[in-house]
Amino acid sequence: MKILVGYKRVVDYNVRIQVKPDGTGVVTDGVKLSANPFDDIALEEALRLREKGLAEEVVVVGIGPADLTAHLRNGLAMGANRAIHVSTADAVQPLTAARVLQKLVEKEQPGLVILGKQAIDDDANQTGQMLAALWDRPQATFASKVEIADGKATVTREVDAGLETIEVELPAVVTTDLRLNEPRFIKLPDIMKAKSKPIDVVELASLGVDSGDHLKTTHYAAPPKRSKGVMVKDAAELVAALRQKGLL
Amino acid sequence: MSERETMEYDVVVVGAGPAGLSFAIRLKQLQPETTVCVIEKASTIGAQILSGAVIEPGPLDALLPGWRDHPPPVCVPAGEDEFWLLSKTGGRRLPVPPGMRNHGNFIVSLGALCAWLAPQAEALGVDVFPGFAAADVVYGEDGSVAGVRIGDMGVAKDGTHKPGYTQGIDIKAKVTVLAEGARGSLTKQLIKRFDLAKNADPQGYSIGIKELWQVPAGRVVPGRIVHSFGWPADSHTYGGSFLYHLDKDRIALGYVSGLDYSDPNYQPWEAFQQWKNHPHVKPLLEGGNILSAGARAIVTGGWQSLPKCEMPGAILIGDTAGLLNVPKVKGTHQAIRSGMLAAEHLAAAGLDPAGFDAKLRGSEAMAELKKVRNIKPAFKKGLWFGLLNAAWETVTGGRSPWTLKNKPDWSSLHKLGECEEPKRDYAPRELPPRDRLAGVYFAATEHDEDQPIHLHVADTSICVDRCTKEYGNPCTRFCPANVYEMVEDEGGRRLQINAANCVHCKTCDIKDPYEIITWVTPEGGSGPNYQNL
Repeated sequence: MKILVGYKRVVDYNVRIQVKPDGTGVVTDGVKLSANPFDDIALEEALRLREKGLAEEVVVVGIGPADLTAHLRNGLAMGANRAIHVSTADAVQPLTAARVLQKLVEKEQPGLVILGKQAIDDDANQTGQMLAALWDRPQATFASKVEIADGKATVTREVDAGLETIEVELPAVVTTDLRLNEPRFIKLPDIMKAKSKPIDVVELASLGVDSGDHLKTTHYAAPPKRSKGVMVKDAAELVAALRQKGLL
Repeated sequence: MSERETMEYDVVVVGAGPAGLSFAIRLKQLQPETTVCVIEKASTIGAQILSGAVIEPGPLDALLPGWRDHPPPVCVPAGEDEFWLLSKTGGRRLPVPPGMRNHGNFIVSLGALCAWLAPQAEALGVDVFPGFAAADVVYGEDGSVAGVRIGDMGVAKDGTHKPGYTQGIDIKAKVTVLAEGARGSLTKQLIKRFDLAKNADPQGYSIGIKELWQVPAGRVVPGRIVHSFGWPADSHTYGGSFLYHLDKDRIALGYVSGLDYSDPNYQPWEAFQQWKNHPHVKPLLEGGNILSAGARAIVTGGWQSLPKCEMPGAILIGDTAGLLNVPKVKGTHQAIRSGMLAAEHLAAAGLDPAGFDAKLRGSEAMAELKKVRNIKPAFKKGLWFGLLNAAWETVTGGRSPWTLKNKPDWSSLHKLGECEEPKRDYAPRELPPRDRLAGVYFAATEHDEDQPIHLHVADTSICVDRCTKEYGNPCTRFCPANVYEMVEDEGGRRLQINAANCVHCKTCDIKDPYEIITWVTPEGGSGPNYQNL
C-alpha cells in the first residue's frame, strides 16, 4: 500500500503572529516557518504504518513556492520515501488544495491519504473532507487511533461527545487529531540521507486545477487589546465602580 | 543500548552566528573539498542571537564582495549619531566620542543577518543544522578535542526516556571550531580543561536587554543612532543605552549593564524599563507595539582577558573567545574577522589549529582591542574617572605603558549592608511590558516542560541559607526572564528554577557570587524564538 501525506508549511506555532500595519495579511518576513503540527502527526502515523509492514511507500505532498523544497526535505528526513512539490507562487485555499490532491491521487493510486485535520494558519478544517467528496471515497476525520486490516481502516475519532469508532473501506481519507501520536525527532544522519531522496516538482497549472480565489479576504486585524485594569482600595469602591459601569 | 551513531566531517562549527558562518563560508571559498558542518541550538538560524546592532561593513566586504547588491533584510545605512548624558528628567547632548561615530556603518538585525548568511554557506556546500545543541565535547584517545556530542532528545525531567527518545549522535571532526557567543558552555569547559586562561585576566561581561518596537508612523528617522549613559545607572554602575531607528517605523532599543556591578539589589531588567520611561525615550514608543524582546550576555574583558584561542583539535572565535570592542559597542565585525582568519589559518596549515592563537594576536582584530584595553576597566573607579581616562586613552591611541586589570564579575558583588546602597529613585512607569514575565512573552521562548532542568545549581542549600543572608538571592533580580524564584511551601523555603522561561543569556552562569550555577544546553531547538533581534 502507498500512503499519501499532506505536508503544509505554516508560520511556526511559537511565533507571535503580527498583522501587517496595512491589514493586508500577517507578517511572514523573517518569521520561522515549519510543518503544520497536524501534518507532522499525519506523517508520523504513515511512517508507523510502514514500519508495521502495512504500507510500502510514504509520499509527502506540499503545495507552494520554490523554496518549499527545504520544508519537504524535513519530511523526507523524518522518513518519507519521496516528495511531490506542487509549485505555485499563489496562496492556496482548501478547495484548490483538495483538487490538487485529487489529481495526485488519480495518478498515484494510494491506499490511504492522511492529512492534518486543519492547518494552524487558516484553521479551515476543510481539505480532507473536500478531497473525500471529490474522490468519492470514505473519510475518517479527527482520528486519535488508526488500525488497518483486511482492506479496512478502523478509526477512533475525537468527537464532542467523546470517542467514536468507525470502520471505513480503503482507499480512504483520514485526518489527524492531536492525540493520534507524538511525532519523532529528526536525526542528523537522516537529514543527510534526505538530500538524496527524490522530490518531483509539478507546476500547479499543469495539473489542470483552477487556482483562482474562491474566497476573498477583505482584511486582517489583531484582536482588540485588553484595556488597562483599575486598582480599587476596598470592596465598597469595587461595588461603586461596577455600578458605574452598569454591571451590578 | 545500541552504539552511538557518529558522523564525520573535516570541521565542525558550534554556533551559527556571524563568527561561525563567516568561518564556514571562508573555508569553503578557500578549500571547497573540505567538509564543514555548522550546528546551532536554535530551532531556526538567527532565532537565538541578539545584538544592537550597528555593524562595520569592512570585514563583510572582504568576506562577500558584492553583498551590498543583495543586502540582508534589515539593513539601514547609519545616519546621524547622538550621544547623551541623561539625568532622571533631562539630559545633555555631548560630542560623539571618535570610536562611536558610525558614518559608513549599517544598522542591521543580527538575527536576520545570520539567517541571510546561512543559505550562502549552504550554497558553498556547508551543512547547516539548526535545532541541534552541542551538549558535550568528544575527546580523542590522546586527549585532544575530537568533535562534539549532540544532546539527546526526548528525555523526561526525571532523566527517564520518553517514547520519542532519540540519542544524540557524535560529530567527529579534525577540528572543532567553537563559535558559541559570549560565555559558551563548551568553551567554558575547554578553557578549564586546557587551562587556556592562565596568562589572561578573568573574562568580564555585561548584560544587554533589547526590544524591537513598531511605532506609529512619523516618529522614526531611519538611520539615526542614539547612545546614552547616566540615568538610571548610578555613577558606580557601568550602564548605557542604545536606540537605533530602523525602516518601516521600527525602533531597536536596549540597555546594557556591566555585570561587574556591586549592588546585590541591582536589577538590570528594571534599569532598562526605567530608561525607556525617560522623557527622551517614552514619547517615541507610546502607542507602539513590541515586536520581539530578549537578553544576552556580552563579552567585555577585551585584550587583557583573551584566553589562548587554540588547543589540540579546536579553536575559539568571535565572542566565545572574547573579541568584542566595548568602546565601539560592536562585536560583529570582530566575529567575522576572526572567523575568516581562522579559516585562512586552517586552510594554510592543513587543518592544524597550532599557530592560530599567534596569528590572531598579530591581527588587526587584536590591534583594535589593544588600543581600547584600558577604557572599560577604568569605569570601576566611577563614571567621571572612567570618562576622563577614556578621553586620555583615546587621545593617546591606547599607548599608555600600563594595562588595567579585570576582575571576575561574580567577585564584585558587595554583601548586603556592606556598602551604602545607591538611591535608585525609580519612577512609576507605564510602557509595556509590566514585568519580566510579560517581557518573556515577547521572546517567544519555549522549552518542553518535561525535560531535565538545564540550569544546574550545584548546592541549593547555599541559596536558602548563606546567599539569602549575604546577598539576598541576587539571582532573583539579575535574571532578565524571572527564571529564579525563592518560594515558600510545605517543605520550607526553597529555590524554584523556572527553566522554561530561560532566554539563554548566560547571566546566571556569570554573576552568581558562589559560582554554583552552570548553564548547559537544553534539548535542541528549545529556547527563545527572536524575530529580527
